[in-house]
Amino acid sequence: MFQIFTDFASWLVYGQIGLTAETKLGDALHFFVEDVSKIFVLLLLMIYIIALVRASLNIERVRDYLADKHKGLGYILGSTLGAITPFCSCSSIPVFLGFTSAGIPIGITMAFLVTSPLINEVAVLLLVSLLGWKFTLLYVVVGMGIGIISGVFLDFINAQRWLKSFAAEALERGRQESNVADPHEVESTITMLERHRFAVEETTDIFGRVWKWVILGVGLGAALHGFVPDGWIETHLGDGQWWSVPAAVLLGIPLYSNATAVIPVMESLIVKGLPVGTTMAFCMSTVAASFPEFILLKQVMQWRLLAVLFSLLLVAFTLAGWLLNIADPFI
Amino acid sequence: MKTVKVLGSGCKKCIKAAELVEAVALELGVEVNIEKESSPEAMLAYGVMSTPAIVIDETLVHSGSIPGRESVVNWLNG
Repeated sequence: MFQIFTDFASWLVYGQIGLTAETKLGDALHFFVEDVSKIFVLLLLMIYIIALVRASLNIERVRDYLADKHKGLGYILGSTLGAITPFCSCSSIPVFLGFTSAGIPIGITMAFLVTSPLINEVAVLLLVSLLGWKFTLLYVVVGMGIGIISGVFLDFINAQRWLKSFAAEALERGRQESNVADPHEVESTITMLERHRFAVEETTDIFGRVWKWVILGVGLGAALHGFVPDGWIETHLGDGQWWSVPAAVLLGIPLYSNATAVIPVMESLIVKGLPVGTTMAFCMSTVAASFPEFILLKQVMQWRLLAVLFSLLLVAFTLAGWLLNIADPFI
Repeated sequence: MKTVKVLGSGCKKCIKAAELVEAVALELGVEVNIEKESSPEAMLAYGVMSTPAIVIDETLVHSGSIPGRESVVNWLNG
């Protein structure tokens, strides 16, 4: 099914431009053209189809759904909904406050917010097309697991103590109101035409945001692919070096990016022999632990809670990386 | 004179939404006072969960996207 993109890249790079597969440049360029054309076509197609389906799912619904859930189930649901709900990091503050003022425990809210950037339809799509089903499933399970565990842990330590006072008050008020009455009822039926319009808007919006990241990510991946000698990564950053996982996590923090750009880089790293766990730890840290996101959260959280959350994520990514590296031979 | 508040974290869409309201108001000759509001307290107060959101004379009329032109015309005429 993806063969057409390989053929297209061969036609363009070897046929039209006249490079050969034996040169580094030819190899790298072929990789770049193949991946970019494949990702662009898949993105446009899949974002549209997924948006059609979920046009009626909005954040208010998610909140109402989470508001009256039993706690244990709440973490799992929070994380699942975080994975499937369309969400941009510029909305984290209103979403956080909306959930909080509906009396949803901070752990469930954070399960949603932690999972959200890690897993989304674009990430899953890229993972499946570049790294295959097995790896995608592993990524989704680990990502959701980290979201759920972070949520449980934050409630366990009573993290709401360290919210900014106005947010803590909103949480308290929300808890006392027994049932959450939604002041602005969302229209419940939507026509096919509205779905189509929403999907077109969503596709242009998401594509407009991520296309440059795809080019950047695939470009980096192509450079790795063409110019880093085979075996170099394996020798220097392979399984034997336990510190390579925390190092990858630390390296990922200042690199703020979204999943779209990191996944093509992951592909190259794995092909070049970087262990799966190390690669995944790097990717998750790049996507989910970023300074801009934390500066946003500072508006509703005290420093102490931010520090806890940050450390929690870094420890979780490192542990997940180690575990995956150990489990890798058995998968 | 209508007071229009555009709530948002300062992202591109919020700026565009504010510009749209301003342009439509100018076209219709409706006097407006447009404020951009990015504080979390304001979002909490109006119960906004997705931005950009638009509040006209203290009533939340829209949230989650750049509104359609027809809607803006309706709000400003209404």
